[in-house]
Amino acid sequence: MAYSDKVIDHYSNPRNVGTLDKSKSNVGTGLVGAPECGDVMRLQIEVDENQVITDAKFKTFGCGSAIASSSLATEWLKGKTVDEALAIDNMEIVEELALPPVKIHCSVLAEDAIKSAINDYRVKNGLEPLVEAKAHH
Amino acid sequence: MLKFPIYLDNNATTPMDPRVLEAMLPYFTNHFGNAASRNHPFGWAAEEAVDYAREQIAALINCNPKELIFTSGATESDNLAIKGVFEMYASKGNHIITATTEHKAVLDTCKHIEKLGGQVTYLQVNSEGLIDLNELEAAITDKTILISIMYGNNEVGVIQPIREIGQIAKKHGVLFFSDATQAVGKIPVDVEADGIDIMAFSGHKMYGPKGVGALYVRRKNPRVKVTAQMDGGGHERGMRSGTLNVPGIVGLGKAAEICRTDMASDTARIIAMRDRLERELLQMEESYLNGNKESRLPHVSNISFKYVEGEGLMMGVKDIAVSSGSACTSASLEPSYVLKAMGMSDDLAHSSLRFGLSRFTTDEEVDYAISHVKEAVTKLRELSPLWEMFKEGIDLDSVEWAEH
Repeated sequence: MAYSDKVIDHYSNPRNVGTLDKSKSNVGTGLVGAPECGDVMRLQIEVDENQVITDAKFKTFGCGSAIASSSLATEWLKGKTVDEALAIDNMEIVEELALPPVKIHCSVLAEDAIKSAINDYRVKNGLEPLVEAKAHH
Repeated sequence: MLKFPIYLDNNATTPMDPRVLEAMLPYFTNHFGNAASRNHPFGWAAEEAVDYAREQIAALINCNPKELIFTSGATESDNLAIKGVFEMYASKGNHIITATTEHKAVLDTCKHIEKLGGQVTYLQVNSEGLIDLNELEAAITDKTILISIMYGNNEVGVIQPIREIGQIAKKHGVLFFSDATQAVGKIPVDVEADGIDIMAFSGHKMYGPKGVGALYVRRKNPRVKVTAQMDGGGHERGMRSGTLNVPGIVGLGKAAEICRTDMASDTARIIAMRDRLERELLQMEESYLNGNKESRLPHVSNISFKYVEGEGLMMGVKDIAVSSGSACTSASLEPSYVLKAMGMSDDLAHSSLRFGLSRFTTDEEVDYAISHVKEAVTKLRELSPLWEMFKEGIDLDSVEWAEH
């Protein structure tokens, strides 16, 4: 199976790899997937007082499409408000990266990681978690 | 000069030896006859070529040339052996013993046998991939007609204790079938010394052509017969009908001859390269060799690089063709059943790569593979949240993973 140019680009030059300080109250961390399934994503966001995501970092254990999906997600998150981030749909990732059907779960995992990071941020700041992650079925 | 991509997936298939191609070519054009045409020189030339190939192959595995049945490959040979014995020996019993790490061509055929009312015992293997001979012997009943255990495993290269299995089979009057696809041509295989009654192998794993294989079927002590699985002209002593693939058979014969004459020198070179590859890669932290280290094929090495996913790793070494125990492409997300049968956890199975060397592999190619695999593993670990957690001393088994 051939990878798209965009997947290869994100895999070869992943954006925003790294770790944010999860002890800070304005940092939300999402850790989704499981080692025995062959993919784990950790996605973190840093949010300012205006609810704008000022920084995003990721680390991913998985195939090239999983790495690319999470790399792309961090690119998209930066500069968005939390509400705008919540609206990111996995199918947008599928389209942008031209993922084949067998790799759609990578995009679902990335969407879950975004929502999970936002939930973590909300809970840390005394808010109710808002959303159900997509992959929990 | 390195030529890219580098092929290190020789357990999937081998390139054909140019000497084999050369031997085959006349049988596509000049000597195109049907080996079953007994009444003219075209047929005679074809038959003569087939008979010569039988001798070349017989010399490699120490059998009588008449004991070879030509097929389309190892999958057909596996099917013919198991289904053929099940039908032929129905009056004696209906029980077959095999192992969980067999090739799918054996396992799925056994499942088919179960649907037909047969009984199949699937022996477990230990963490090194070996079956337990006591368990094997204990599984034999008065209904057992066949023991089907592969010679060398295609994923990890583990060689089962074939001679001991042969002795147990003989002692209990049970037939012993071995899928020796990965072993024939790579290590000395001797059906007499090994006590094998039926054996499957294939051309394209031993530098021969695809689409041709053989089934060895013992003719005395005991005389074995398998029921044909295709009806037709009664070729191959009535066990496999169909016009013989003369060029393919000539190629299989030539490939067998070269394997026999070059085995000692090829193997010494391949083992030296494989050992160097392993030594270098296992120097990396948290990398593990899979399968028994002593009893194994010379040309395969299966290594897990913990905290790195196999498919992602293959993408990082895309100018090296290898295979992975990970199965991220399949809908089930199930990693290798062979590694799992050896008791390996799913995450470690997802982190495995299989390297397969051949007589055409060069030292430069191995050097390139070593440095690029190391580089890719290091890079992907920088990217891996699991590696970071491991480095922080977090026990990954204690983490509650979000289901997915």
